[in-house]
Amino acid sequence: MQGYYPLFTAIPLAAAFFNLLVCKLNQKIADYIAFIVTAVLAVMAVKMVFLAPFVYKVGNWDPPFGILLVSDGLSSLMLVVINVISFLAVIFSFKYMTTYTAKPKYYSLFMLMIAGMNGVVITGDMFNLYVFLEIASIASYALVGFGTGKRELEASFKYLILGGVASTAVLFGIAFLYSMSGTLNMPDLAAQLEVTTSPRALAFVIALFIMGFGLKASAVPFHAWLPDAHPSAPAPISAMLSGVLIKALGMYTIMRIMFNVIGRNTLVSTLIMFLGALSMVVAGLLALGQTDFKRMLAYSSISQMGYVLIGLGLAFNPEVDVLIASLALIGALFHLVNHAVFKSLLFLCSGAIEYRTGTRQLDKLGGLIKKMPLTGLTCSIGSFSIAGVPPFNGFWSKLIIILALLRAGYWIYGSIAVVVGFITLLYFIKLQRKAIFGAVPPALAKVREAPFAMVLPLVILAALCLVMGLAYQVVEDHLLVAAKDILLDKTAFMNLLTGG
Amino acid sequence: MDNLENEIRDTNKGMTSIVKTIVRYVMGIIVIFGAYIVLYGHLTPGGGFAGGVILASAYVILTLAFGRELALGKMSNTAASVLDNLGALAFIVIGILGFTAGAFFLNFLAKGEQFRLFSAGIIPLCNIAIGIKVTASLFAIFIALSIFGRFIYQMTDVEESGGEE
Amino acid sequence: MFLYFLTLVLMVMGLYCLIAKKNIVKKIIGIVIMEYSINLFLILIGYKKDGIAPILLKNVSVEELTSRGVDPLPQALVLTSIVIGLGTLALMVAICLRIYEKYKTFDMSKINKLKG
Repeated sequence: MQGYYPLFTAIPLAAAFFNLLVCKLNQKIADYIAFIVTAVLAVMAVKMVFLAPFVYKVGNWDPPFGILLVSDGLSSLMLVVINVISFLAVIFSFKYMTTYTAKPKYYSLFMLMIAGMNGVVITGDMFNLYVFLEIASIASYALVGFGTGKRELEASFKYLILGGVASTAVLFGIAFLYSMSGTLNMPDLAAQLEVTTSPRALAFVIALFIMGFGLKASAVPFHAWLPDAHPSAPAPISAMLSGVLIKALGMYTIMRIMFNVIGRNTLVSTLIMFLGALSMVVAGLLALGQTDFKRMLAYSSISQMGYVLIGLGLAFNPEVDVLIASLALIGALFHLVNHAVFKSLLFLCSGAIEYRTGTRQLDKLGGLIKKMPLTGLTCSIGSFSIAGVPPFNGFWSKLIIILALLRAGYWIYGSIAVVVGFITLLYFIKLQRKAIFGAVPPALAKVREAPFAMVLPLVILAALCLVMGLAYQVVEDHLLVAAKDILLDKTAFMNLLTGG
Repeated sequence: MDNLENEIRDTNKGMTSIVKTIVRYVMGIIVIFGAYIVLYGHLTPGGGFAGGVILASAYVILTLAFGRELALGKMSNTAASVLDNLGALAFIVIGILGFTAGAFFLNFLAKGEQFRLFSAGIIPLCNIAIGIKVTASLFAIFIALSIFGRFIYQMTDVEESGGEE
Repeated sequence: MFLYFLTLVLMVMGLYCLIAKKNIVKKIIGIVIMEYSINLFLILIGYKKDGIAPILLKNVSVEELTSRGVDPLPQALVLTSIVIGLGTLALMVAICLRIYEKYKTFDMSKINKLKG
């Protein structure tokens, strides 16, 4: 299994190009290729969880010279999230994407995006990370504009411009790091930065990375593109963008580089926590006023990412007690996984509703629980999860983050997190009342349940919401603790090179 | 739609005979130079991307001088996209073949003697694959953008004159 | 040191162009200027006075190469980032053309279907 680690990017890349070749002969094959590839990747990703950390040398080149792939708790966690959600999104696409033309091209871009995200997660080399970041970003720019309507193109262009600025900032930061240390290898770089003599240059690099990766993760001052881009994409892509892409390109990179490469720092911790609190409040309030189903979900994504950021920021502070830092980090990672599950569930629900009713304006919807019982039920479960209603998974992660904030003495941030929890509940109740419950408008009298290929991923994701809520201890033991350990222990990461 | 495209093609028969003559002489040199850069990428500066750009620019010059029809006759849009995908696939397959010797992108072929054309194992093969991919994809991008740009130009032209009437 | 500041100035010029210009083609030009300023910065990192090209040729000994040759890694990085920039540029131009097709304008302030 260890030897096949690079296949996480090689398989989807090969599939993307192979798909475009074969689709000239037969359009139908694209569906099967995408299904098989994502299924294989999902199984491989689940298997990776049970392996001990290791490093893989591409082409057998020794570490400081060659490209290194790193497998540890964090990357296996992210691999599971990416590949399982993408597998479900592909199943959803079978029926949904029949409303669009050029299905093979869609799957090829989808595969490129998966390849890019997997690459970002498995790599242990700074420049390689940039390259895969760009592969995933370019594929997502194209996918956002896939509908080629007025709105889609405008959203795609905005996303492109801001994403271009983010990539430039990231590349600048990487160039700066290289000029400081003369290496691009992450464990090696971490060791070099321990003894750096120029803290001001490092501060500049941190600023560039927070700007670049913050733009990719859409923390609030950098959030302008997300509410346009995510609703404009086709629903499975919205689910992938909101559920996975902002985490793999934004959150994961922030975690990996800040914790493992640069090291914990009080000032940066304050900054990240402030960004998180700002994201939570601003995006939460903006979400209240939305009338578009998907747009509300997009704003809620920014708001929920704020929880993850605030948890990360707290754990990033070296003065905080190790126990509280681990608590905050487990909360943040758990919320990241949970958000991937319920936000993709909600976006896929919005896709199913749009597929049957033809609209996503909340005012025109209503009473869908009677017309589309399974979609309505799963949508309600997703809403309860994200709002933090007890038996579901969102409750535990928010509770852990708030507990960690209060125990560390951050009363203001803790109360903000509680209040934003209420705001989340408020706008999801609004969404439920307008779309799922209430009277059926006459225009929707003939609406039927969504097709099986669309309901299946919804049911699986809703079941995941419930199971992860009830058995959160299992999730914590098998997924989160290993990821937390590697994040909090910089020397363990540096020793990956020598130790194995 | 078809009529409009034919119309665009008619108006795009190329440049004057001076340009055509010079391009006819220079073409071969450019192609040979591009091929040299690709094939000797492991020994001298250059490689797949640089050589591919030169090869693609040969096609671009051809299009500019003789019009799109002739260039598309040499390499059609479909052929370009097939070559593009084949090049990329070949590159990945070379990487995956490294598994036969133990690792991804492992240089599993004999390295040969230094400074020879047939040396350095898989690197020349990778260069050729990249060269094909870059040539085809740059040409495809150029053709797509030029067709699309002309199409829009024509469309707005028609609409503007229609508005005056 | 002065050269490094010049690349920074170039980057800020690109950023200004990106923010202040309303024409989307000019915005694209601004982003390209930014990307190229970073490429220049990367090349400058590898620069060495009186350096030679980092290529092993028949008339260059290994010792001479390691002592005088410039750092080859930034050059490889620049090549990669140029390729990526090319891909982004092609996509940007294509989307820009499609926007013109739909909106009949390049003015960003008139392209405002999305609000909120």
